[in-house]
Amino acid sequence: MNNAIEIRELSLSIEDRSILNNISFNLGEIDIACLLGPSGCGKTSLLRCIAGFEKPNKGEVLIKGVITSNPNHYIPVEERNIGMVFQDYVLFPHMCVSENIIFGLKNLQQKRIKQRLDELIELLDLGDQINKFPHQLSGGQQQRVALARAMAPRPGVLLLDEPFASLDIELREQLAHELRSILKQDGITTIMVTHNQLEAFAMADVIGVMRDGKLRQWDTAFNLYHIPKTLDVADFVGEGVFISGEVINNKEVKTDIGNIKGYVPDNLTKGEKVRVLIRPDDILHDDDSEITAVVISKAFRGAEFLYTLEMKNGLHVQSLVPSHHDHPINEPIGIKLEIDHLVIFAD
Amino acid sequence: MTFKKFSESFYSKLNFKLSNFNLALVLLSLFFCIPLIIICGSLFFPAKDVWTHLFDTVLVDYIFNSFALLIGVGFFSLILGVIPAWLISMYKFPMSRYLEWAILLPMSMPAYIIAYSYTGAFDAAGPVQETIRELTGWGYHDYWFPEVRSLGGAMAMLSFVLYPYIYLLTRASFTEQSVCVLEVSRTLGCNSVDAFRRVALPLARPAIIVGLSLVLMETLADYGTVQYFGVSAFTTGIFRTWFGMDNSLVAAQLSAVLLLFVAVFLYLERRSRTQLAFHHTSSRYSPLLKQKLIGTHAFFAFVVCFIPLLLGFIIPASFLFDWAISAYSGVFNKDFYILLLNTLMLAFVTALLALVVALFLGYTNRNSYSFINKFLVRFVSMGYAIPGTVIAVGVLIPFAWFDSRLDDFLKLHFNISSGLLISGTLFILVFAYLVRFLTIPINIVEAALGKIKPEMDEIAKTNGLSHINIVKRIHMPIMRGSLLTALLLVFVDVLKELPATLILRPFNFNTLAVRTFELANEERLADAAIPALAIVLAGIIPVIMISNSISRSRPGYE
Repeated sequence: MNNAIEIRELSLSIEDRSILNNISFNLGEIDIACLLGPSGCGKTSLLRCIAGFEKPNKGEVLIKGVITSNPNHYIPVEERNIGMVFQDYVLFPHMCVSENIIFGLKNLQQKRIKQRLDELIELLDLGDQINKFPHQLSGGQQQRVALARAMAPRPGVLLLDEPFASLDIELREQLAHELRSILKQDGITTIMVTHNQLEAFAMADVIGVMRDGKLRQWDTAFNLYHIPKTLDVADFVGEGVFISGEVINNKEVKTDIGNIKGYVPDNLTKGEKVRVLIRPDDILHDDDSEITAVVISKAFRGAEFLYTLEMKNGLHVQSLVPSHHDHPINEPIGIKLEIDHLVIFAD
Repeated sequence: MTFKKFSESFYSKLNFKLSNFNLALVLLSLFFCIPLIIICGSLFFPAKDVWTHLFDTVLVDYIFNSFALLIGVGFFSLILGVIPAWLISMYKFPMSRYLEWAILLPMSMPAYIIAYSYTGAFDAAGPVQETIRELTGWGYHDYWFPEVRSLGGAMAMLSFVLYPYIYLLTRASFTEQSVCVLEVSRTLGCNSVDAFRRVALPLARPAIIVGLSLVLMETLADYGTVQYFGVSAFTTGIFRTWFGMDNSLVAAQLSAVLLLFVAVFLYLERRSRTQLAFHHTSSRYSPLLKQKLIGTHAFFAFVVCFIPLLLGFIIPASFLFDWAISAYSGVFNKDFYILLLNTLMLAFVTALLALVVALFLGYTNRNSYSFINKFLVRFVSMGYAIPGTVIAVGVLIPFAWFDSRLDDFLKLHFNISSGLLISGTLFILVFAYLVRFLTIPINIVEAALGKIKPEMDEIAKTNGLSHINIVKRIHMPIMRGSLLTALLLVFVDVLKELPATLILRPFNFNTLAVRTFELANEERLADAAIPALAIVLAGIIPVIMISNSISRSRPGYE
C-alpha cells in the first residue's frame, strides 16, 4: 500500500532555535494519526510543516508520493490539496455555514458543489444550521462546520490542530469517537495534534509521542502504554511511578516490592541497575495479601479510587481500586503485584 | 469628628440622595443638548422666502460642492488608506517598520493648515512654479499647472490628512482578524490575491466603513479649507447666511440640513461598529508572519506607502518649516506670547472641565441602571460628529437671545444694561468646545470605569477602605493613564479647532488656530507658519499616543 504521508528526516529551526529534530514516519491511506506531546514539544510546528506554513531546513515531506517540501523545493500551501482545522476553527465570520463549507470548492459545476454540500451536511448532521452565521453556532457546531469546510475539497490529507481544545471537557471524548467514525466513513487520511492522551487514544490508529522536537515513539496506543520505548514516553503516557531495581537474568528483575518476571531487553545485563515502571493497574488491592501499604492520598474517580500508597520501605506507588473499597487515609491496605508487561529502563 | 468619619457620613448622605445625582445628570446632559435642540427646532419656523432665494442662487452650489467633496475625499482616502494598510500588515519591506506609524503623521495636520502650505508652495507665485519657469524659460501663462485653490484642491487637501482614519481601522482589522483566516483560506486553495479579495477585504469591510464614515463626517465639518479655497460648501454657506445675510434662523436651518447628512454617516458608522463585533474570528492571538518582499516588489511597496506620508506631512511640513525660519525673527514678540498663553489656558481649562463633567457623568452612570441616564450620556457623547460651525450656531442663538432678554428686563426695571453678558465672553466658547469634545473624555472615562469591576470596590470595602479612599487608592491609580489621555486629547483638539472659535471668540481674543487663519487669509503665509507649526507639533502628541496604544494592544507584535 502507498503511504499517504511520508516524513523523511525532517528538521526545522526558527531563528537558530531548533524546533524539530530529525523526524521520520509514514502514514498509510485512510489511517488516523495523532501527534501527542506536552505544549512546546513541536507537534503543531510539525503539522504546519506538512501544511506548508513552515519550510523545513532539512528533510522531506511527501504527500501521496509527491515531494511537497525539501530544502530545494517547496509547493505552496494552496497547491498541496490539504485540509486543515485550526484550534479555534476560524470560520469566515462574513459567510453563512453553507458558504463556509463550499469555500474551497472551485472550478466545479454547481450540481457537483451542491452534491458535496448535501453529503457533508448529512454526514456532519448540520441540516438545521446551513443558513446561520458562525457567531450563532455553539462550539461543537462550529467545529463540525470547520471540519466540513476542510473535508469538502476531498483533501489528500486532513490536518487537525487541537480540534477539541475549545470544547467542554465532557464533550471531548464523545466527540473524538464521533469524529473518528466520520473520518473513516469519508476515507480521509488524518493527522491530529493534541496534548490530551485520552483524545489520542479515542481517535488514532497510530500515535506519535513527541518531546523537545523529537519523535520519541510512533506506535499504537496499546504499545505506547504497555511497551513504551523511552522513559519520556512511559512518563508522559498514562499514570504510574518508577521504582529502582536490578536485573537478575533476562526474564526477571529484583525490586523492593518483590521480583517481577517479564521480558528484559538484551542490552540490559545481569546486575545492572534499572528503573521499573509500575502502572496503577499493575497493583491490585487484595485484603489477603501479606504485602501492605499505607494510604497517603486518594482521588475519587467515580468507579474507582486512585490511591497513592506508601510501602514499608518508604516507596510510593499508585493503585486503581474499585470505589466500593473506601479506605481512609493512613490505613494500611493489602496489595499484590500483577504485571503483564515489564517496562524497564537502564538507570 | 475625624475626617474619615466626616467623609463617610458625607458620602452616605450623598448615597442617600442618589436621585439628586441622577437629576443633576439629566439636567447637565440636557444643557449640553441645547445646541442640537435649537438647530433641530429651527426647522419648525418656516422661512420660505429666504429658502426660495437660496435655492435660486447658492443652495445648489452648496449641495453640489459638498457632494463632490464627499465623493472625491472618500475615494482618495480609501486608496491612500486601504492599500498601505494591506501592504504594511502583510509584508516586510525597506522602512516598513517606520512607515507603519509615520503614515499616521498627517493626522496631526489640520486640513486648513495643509491648504495654506500647498497654496503657498504650488500656486502661480509659489516656489515650485517659479522653479519651473526658471528652468524652462516659460512665462506665467505658457503652461498648465493644477490650480490649488479649487474644488479638486480641496478634495486633495482633505484626503491627504483624513486617510489615516481609514488606514488605522483597516490595518487593525487586517492584523487582528485575518491572519488565521488567511491561513485557512490558503489550505482551501486560495493564493494571496484570492485570499485578499475573498476573505481579507470582505472581513475588513465594516472597519473600512467606520473609517470612511469618520472621514466623511470630517469632510462635512471642514470650514477652513473650503473657505480658503473659495469653494461654496455647507459650512461656508452657514457662515455667509449668518454674517452676510444676517439671518440666524436660516443659518440654523442650513445647519440642520448639514446635520442630516452627518446623521447618515453616523448611522453607518455605528452599524458597522456592531458588525465589527461579529467579525472577530479568533479568540487566540496568532503571531503575524509577514512575508518579506525583495527587489522591485519591495520598492513598489515602499513607494506606495511613502506617497501618503509625503503628500500629507513631509511636503506641507517642510514648506511650513522653511517659512517659519524665514519669519522667525519677526514673530516672537509680546503679542505672540499673549496669543500662545491665551490658547494654552483656554485649551487647558476646557480639557479640565471636560474631564470633570465626564467623570461626573461616568460615576453617576456607574451606580445607575436608569435607561434615561444611559441614553442621555450617549446623546451628549455624539457631539464629536457635529460640525463646529453648526455647534457655534446652536450655541450663539440661545445665549444671544437670553442676553438680549436679560438686557431688556434689566433696562426696563432697573435701568441697567447688562449688554452681552454671556454671548460676548469665553463662557460660550468653552461651552461650545465641551459640546463638541465631551465625546472623548466620556468614552475614555466609561472604558476606564468599565475596567474597574464592582468586585474590586467590594474587596476594598471588606478591607475597611472608605469610599473616598477607594477612589483615591484604587480607582485613580487604575484610571490615571486614561484620564491623562483624555485631558491631552481634548487639549489638542481645542488647539486645532477653527470654525466655532472663529464665530464665538470674544472681541480681541485670539487662538493660534484663528491667528493662523487670519494671517493666511491676509496672504501672510510666512507669518502664519509659526502658529501653524505649533498646532502641528501639538497634533503629533495624540498620533504618538495612538501608535503606542496599537503596538501595546497586540501581544505578539514585533
